[in-house]
Amino acid sequence: MSLTVFTQTAQHERFSFHGNVNVGKDVTIDELRQAYHAVVLSYGAEGNRSMGIPGEDLPGVFSAKDFVGWYNGLPCNKELHPDLSCETAVILGQGNVALDVARILLAPVEMLKETDITQNSLEALANSKVRRVLIVGRRGPLQIACTIKELREMVNLPKVRADMLPADFKGIAEVLKDLPRPRKRLTELMMKAVKEGGDDKAEKCWGLRFFRSPVEVLAGADGKRATGIRLALNKLEGSGESARAEVTGQTEDVDCGLIISSIGYKSIPIDPAVPFDPRRAIVPNEMGRVQDTAGLYCSGWVKRGPTGVIATTMNDSFDTARVLIQDMEDGKLDLSVNKPGAKAITALLQTRGVRTVLFSQWEKINAEEEKRGRSLGKPREKLLDVDEMLKIAWS
Amino acid sequence: MLAQQDSMAFRKCVQVLLRSSLAPGSTRTHPRFLHTVPRLCSQSQTDGSSGSKVLVHFVNQSGVKSSVFVTEGETLLDVVIKKNLDISGFGACEGTLACSTCHLIFEESVYDKLEPVVDEEVDMLDLAYGLTKTSRLGCQVTVERWMDGMTVHVPQGIKDQRGKQEAVSNK
Repeated sequence: MSLTVFTQTAQHERFSFHGNVNVGKDVTIDELRQAYHAVVLSYGAEGNRSMGIPGEDLPGVFSAKDFVGWYNGLPCNKELHPDLSCETAVILGQGNVALDVARILLAPVEMLKETDITQNSLEALANSKVRRVLIVGRRGPLQIACTIKELREMVNLPKVRADMLPADFKGIAEVLKDLPRPRKRLTELMMKAVKEGGDDKAEKCWGLRFFRSPVEVLAGADGKRATGIRLALNKLEGSGESARAEVTGQTEDVDCGLIISSIGYKSIPIDPAVPFDPRRAIVPNEMGRVQDTAGLYCSGWVKRGPTGVIATTMNDSFDTARVLIQDMEDGKLDLSVNKPGAKAITALLQTRGVRTVLFSQWEKINAEEEKRGRSLGKPREKLLDVDEMLKIAWS
Repeated sequence: MLAQQDSMAFRKCVQVLLRSSLAPGSTRTHPRFLHTVPRLCSQSQTDGSSGSKVLVHFVNQSGVKSSVFVTEGETLLDVVIKKNLDISGFGACEGTLACSTCHLIFEESVYDKLEPVVDEEVDMLDLAYGLTKTSRLGCQVTVERWMDGMTVHVPQGIKDQRGKQEAVSNK
């Protein structure tokens, strides 16, 4: 297994991994708190925000979470079977996930073939008729949520041209010089795509569409599947990061057969005993200390909400760790009591018929995926079946 | 394995490999980009048994200095990992230009002599905490003889940068 900061941590003598455990079902947070002096919730955001519009449940509409799960081999998404026989796909949202989805839909198959995308999705994409992808956002170019790396990968896609609306960029050139470097470079790259467009002969195209919010998914005459989307046109009030989209009353209909909603991930409550803020979809906390619950902490997206790149979230985890250590030193955590730790939990799980997966067993799954990938010229071929993973882990 | 990042990591897995395949065709690709971004899960090409030894001093976030002899041809990320230096969370994306956790600050005289930075590296530096005029990503800097005796710093002041980074509204 390649040596990384993560494998080094996993191999540390005071670290142990127990996989195949569904916390909240196989074991409760209270049981974990009895076994350990401190428990940290770092379980991220596995749900997604829904658009909340009519027609959202029609065939042809997917959450980005499911679509990404499909091409990345998440077992629960392997039967997604998205219909890629339409010409136009519309993605709602303009964050990094939205750009990733667009890139996967339009990238040449030769490029995808060498990645660890699942073989099933590769075949589906090889037969895809999707030629045009629109990435739609509520606000303007200066509020776009993606970062430059993801935008650059779209701009650099071979055999694909950019199809932007110059009108969406009115007034942008004038404010460029006052922007902070990251926002400035990102905006300049967009402006370049507006101006240069790319290869005219390219069969495939992508475009950003601004000042538009989804209001209804439209179905064809038979009412059985999505054939278009109705977008409300917005105007911007204010400027910069805090600019707001306001309704104008105007709408526009876009024909499309594939709609992907990429408007944000969302954390879900793990256990009824843990406080949860359903409005913000996070565990209420003060600097990582869970509200009203001594010895319980949280870090990452479940603590702050589902935004932030690796550096942001990693540093947030370090913050939680520092707070926890501070609490140990200040006596806020009662360390005078002995706690049984893992042996109590694994014994409990055993009585419930739950068998865990250790890190060394996880490594067997990893090795098998890499082995299968080798014969296909890919870094790995992912196992899509949890039972199969467990069989290999425990072999 | 990558705790809460599973969604992101899944995306990154595919995304990064697309980049690796893309690199050969790109006319703007710097040679080092190809060298240090072969596959998602492999490290530098050198085996460390040949090549001269170069002395490099690392100062971590807490101001603690580690001095190590490193082999020419290794990247500074390779060094931190192989020598198991005490630097938190270094090289999360394994040298594939998908994060900024291997951010290092160089002495000006050293910085000026480094191979020019490419757009893809600047893209990630844009998201780094505590960015300075002499900042580079460790995964993009290959150790060379003339670097003997240099000192590199891991940036401090993460909390100060948080506010600025939030404003960019990254995901």
